[in-house]
Amino acid sequence: MIRRAISDVRRYWGYAVYSAKSDLKSEVANSHLNWLWWILDPLLFMLVYSFISIIVFGKSEQYFPIFVFIGLNSWNMFEKTVKGSVKLVSANRSIVSKVYLPKFILIISKMMVNGFKMLVAFSLVVIMMIMYRVPITIKILYVIPVFMILLLVSFAFSTILLHFGVFVEDLANVVTVLLKLVFYLSGIFYNIVKRVPAPYNNYLLKMNPMALIMNDLRNTMLYGADPHFKALALWAVLGIIISLVGMKIIYKYENSYVKVI
Amino acid sequence: MEAAITVKDLKLRYKCLNRMSIKKSLLSIKKTKVETFEALRGVSFEIPKGEILGIVGKNGSGKSTLLKTLAGIFAPDEGSIDLHGYSISLLAIGVGFQKRLSGRENILLSGLLLGFTEEQIREKMDEIIKFAELGDFIDRPVKTYSSGMYSKLAFSITAVLNTDIMLIDEVLSVGDSKFKKKSFKKMQELIQDKNRTVVIVSHSTETLKKLCTSILWIHEGEVKMQGPTDEVLDIYEEFMS
Repeated sequence: MIRRAISDVRRYWGYAVYSAKSDLKSEVANSHLNWLWWILDPLLFMLVYSFISIIVFGKSEQYFPIFVFIGLNSWNMFEKTVKGSVKLVSANRSIVSKVYLPKFILIISKMMVNGFKMLVAFSLVVIMMIMYRVPITIKILYVIPVFMILLLVSFAFSTILLHFGVFVEDLANVVTVLLKLVFYLSGIFYNIVKRVPAPYNNYLLKMNPMALIMNDLRNTMLYGADPHFKALALWAVLGIIISLVGMKIIYKYENSYVKVI
Repeated sequence: MEAAITVKDLKLRYKCLNRMSIKKSLLSIKKTKVETFEALRGVSFEIPKGEILGIVGKNGSGKSTLLKTLAGIFAPDEGSIDLHGYSISLLAIGVGFQKRLSGRENILLSGLLLGFTEEQIREKMDEIIKFAELGDFIDRPVKTYSSGMYSKLAFSITAVLNTDIMLIDEVLSVGDSKFKKKSFKKMQELIQDKNRTVVIVSHSTETLKKLCTSILWIHEGEVKMQGPTDEVLDIYEEFMS
């Protein structure tokens, strides 16, 4: 199966890239200021959460705006990919019913779109870090493996949801609620380690990959601290296992999807 | 004679009521019965390389299903299809156009989906655009196209970016009468290439008589007859009247 996956990726990589590019392009073409929203959207939400956290609850962190912004950007990438995968096959009905395409390629293409938007938004993080004069340490290099785990985990959950999304009509509703729950449990606008009483903060951090990823992105980018190596490695392994299971299921059933949608 | 497609005992079922919802399964404990409909019930045939095969049969006999299964869009529930390594494409209207993108971008996307590389497509781009006769519209979003322009573009893509095996599902006539003539001519040219194997599904026995070298008659998911064009079509027409 792995060999088939590799040859499929090689064969359809061009399609995935081009489809992602034209997706982004058509979004920009519809209104010229659209790309501005890729930055404005998380920026405005950052202001909302900062207001709630600082003014309403009186709780803050060092470099709080950047703290929220890192969380929001990585969350957006994860949420959009996972949520989109539920309806991905039916959204691409016109393609899927006319020509064979390995269905996981659709996820990859979608991730390229969301990943690019995240990159654009993260450029603002860099600008803010300069503005706030955040001291940069060598530990910032750890963001690369952490981002890779973010992509891996997003892909892993998406493969499973892509499959069940075809067969279960109202899965999207359930997933929306679940994602909202995970959103609040991920510590996007609060520090999970500080604000949740022990030992629950540890469970919450290690069992929720998004909480872990955000926490470690902040640790390495803002506070010059080490990421949680063991927990990250565990999620990398889990991500690979879930991806393999998901791909196996998709390969087995993908040609029946067309009969259902 | 070298075979291009070998189909053995092909079976394909549609399962109705396959979609469920969490809400429904919570509300009703009793299980809904899954109805299966067998569209193909054990079809076997072989097409030699270079042959032009026409498929006939009444509505709902499984012709289009067979074509989609050959193209790899449906997975067979039982049996096997061997394409002997040849590339295959289904010539259907609109290989999944993205309506917000321009015609030019859609040509690239469709080509990539058919398994061509970007260079190969760019090489043939001008030929496709010229054949489609869309003029300036080629750089406008596909959603602004009329249905005629839409199918002209779709036809041109598959006609110019052709594969070893072509599957054609009733698209021999698109556009206005001038384009119809042109596309028919192009189709004949493609079909008569000795290296290309073609499968055509059509209800028009006249067209099939003009184009095909042999005919496969499918009746209710089974092969009723396979043989030379005139022989099969005569019996078929008698049967249908």
